[in-house]
Amino acid sequence: MRQPKESLMRVVFLFCACTSILAVVLICIFLFAGGLPAMQEIGIGNFLLGLRWKPTNGLYGIFPMIVGSLYVTAGAILIGVPTGVLCAVFLARFCPARLYRILKPVTELLAGIPSVVYGFFGLVIIVPMMQRIFGGGGKSVLTASLLLGIMILPTIIGVSESAIRAVPESYYEGALALGATHERSVFCAVLPAARSGILAGVVLGVGRAIGEAMAVSMVAGNQPVIPESLLSGVRTLTANVVLEMGYAQDLHREALIATAVVLFVFILLINISFSLLKRRDET
Amino acid sequence: MKPLRRTLLKYRGHPGSFAVMLLVLLSAVLTVGVLFSLLGYILIRGIPQLTPSLFSLTYTTENVSMLPAILNTVTMTALSLLLAVPLGVGSAIYLVEYAKRGNRLVELVRLTAETLSGIPSIVYGLFGYLFFVIACKMGNSLLSGILTLTIMILPLIMRTTEEALKSVPDAYREGSFGLGAGRLRTVFCIVLPSAAPGILAGVILGIGRIVGETAALIYTSGTVAGVPKSLMGSGRTLAVHMYALLSEGFYTEQAYATAVVLLVMVVGINTLSAMVAKRVSVR
Repeated sequence: MRQPKESLMRVVFLFCACTSILAVVLICIFLFAGGLPAMQEIGIGNFLLGLRWKPTNGLYGIFPMIVGSLYVTAGAILIGVPTGVLCAVFLARFCPARLYRILKPVTELLAGIPSVVYGFFGLVIIVPMMQRIFGGGGKSVLTASLLLGIMILPTIIGVSESAIRAVPESYYEGALALGATHERSVFCAVLPAARSGILAGVVLGVGRAIGEAMAVSMVAGNQPVIPESLLSGVRTLTANVVLEMGYAQDLHREALIATAVVLFVFILLINISFSLLKRRDET
Repeated sequence: MKPLRRTLLKYRGHPGSFAVMLLVLLSAVLTVGVLFSLLGYILIRGIPQLTPSLFSLTYTTENVSMLPAILNTVTMTALSLLLAVPLGVGSAIYLVEYAKRGNRLVELVRLTAETLSGIPSIVYGLFGYLFFVIACKMGNSLLSGILTLTIMILPLIMRTTEEALKSVPDAYREGSFGLGAGRLRTVFCIVLPSAAPGILAGVILGIGRIVGETAALIYTSGTVAGVPKSLMGSGRTLAVHMYALLSEGFYTEQAYATAVVLLVMVVGINTLSAMVAKRVSVR
């Protein structure tokens, strides 16, 4: 005996499940439809590899922004990954249980702080600090990298910690039994086994760093040129959209949407590599 | 200092291990230090700026009250949840309770949900602008913002609900079926109540994301500072309010005060979520 209510609700749940598919399809359609015509009009080569972004003169080259995003993300990884992974090691293997009960929520809290607040923190603390140490304006690749490095810490710590904890205890004990110190056992036996999980965390961190918009646009200086040094200003793809979308018209606006398309493609690539890593981890 | 000496003695002849131990400690201290300096600096500078006039009902350029922004935040959070929670929980129910193992659709839904959770908020903002604001002709309005936020937190709610449902033992379901209940009744009367704390923890995390969101909102719900008369009017949330104060550049003191309110909200939301989640694990 099948009740009509049962089959009705089944369809309702099925419909709910399809909303996320619908959302992804809509996002793809609208972004690509909004951005691709502009790319064609500007010329894909001129758009992706053009060195000048001067919308008032009809120059729409986003190469400096692509490079900027890559620089800033690389900097964030250089700062955030070692700190994050070591902190995860501390939480998983060094930390007394009592301290852990305080530290774990603290690292989780880092993830909850809104990006405007991070941006504000960067603006009132890191930028003046950079001015004092290196002189100049203080808004630079280095500042943005440092801030992003802090912002990706919770992601890296969380994923790495669970990867380290997933390694069987026998690896650690085996190393200890062979006479290795605690540190050597952790770093030479446990960490290599957790490698792909940690790598997944790093990839997730890259995704967060490259997609962060508000905080970066507040501390990076936003000059649309390829930065000459760590201390010169930089504009990322995200900042380009945030800064100019408010007043952009016509082709300029479409060029900004196309910028977001480039960012979106980057993110898709990162997502794919993340799920590949995770799949490898599970098998 | 006997225990300390004993610890140090352990490292005699293992200078490498000692150095590594110091590095691990250092990065943990750095992580915690960054969080506390952020919280401390903003609270110390911000709390004195919290004047009663900042909570007056109307926003003027002389008195940049944050109360309208707080009201908007509450409205938008409530309405986004009203849409996202049923959709997210419904799709998780389909994935866990209804779909057969190895179903193609299930894999597609998981893949798209994973993709959605990796998309940066600025891309959501741009999509919301292109789709809800322009294509659906909603204009810059609370409604456009709410719909954008709904899509944004959907994957989060889905994933946490899915995990909560999976952690309900199969014996519960079998018992319910054995007593003659249908699938629908089993889901609503047996499975959902026991998964409720897990779902709630996810919902609270979703609230945290909404409260801290800026990039997805500046081009969808807009930056008008008052409380709009209807959902079709533009209004800014607290995080957007803070960003606007900072980019206008005259209101740093008020930005500190806003940051305090935001931080208190976020810390409160996080603690609440952790408490709820702890009740799950205790059981």
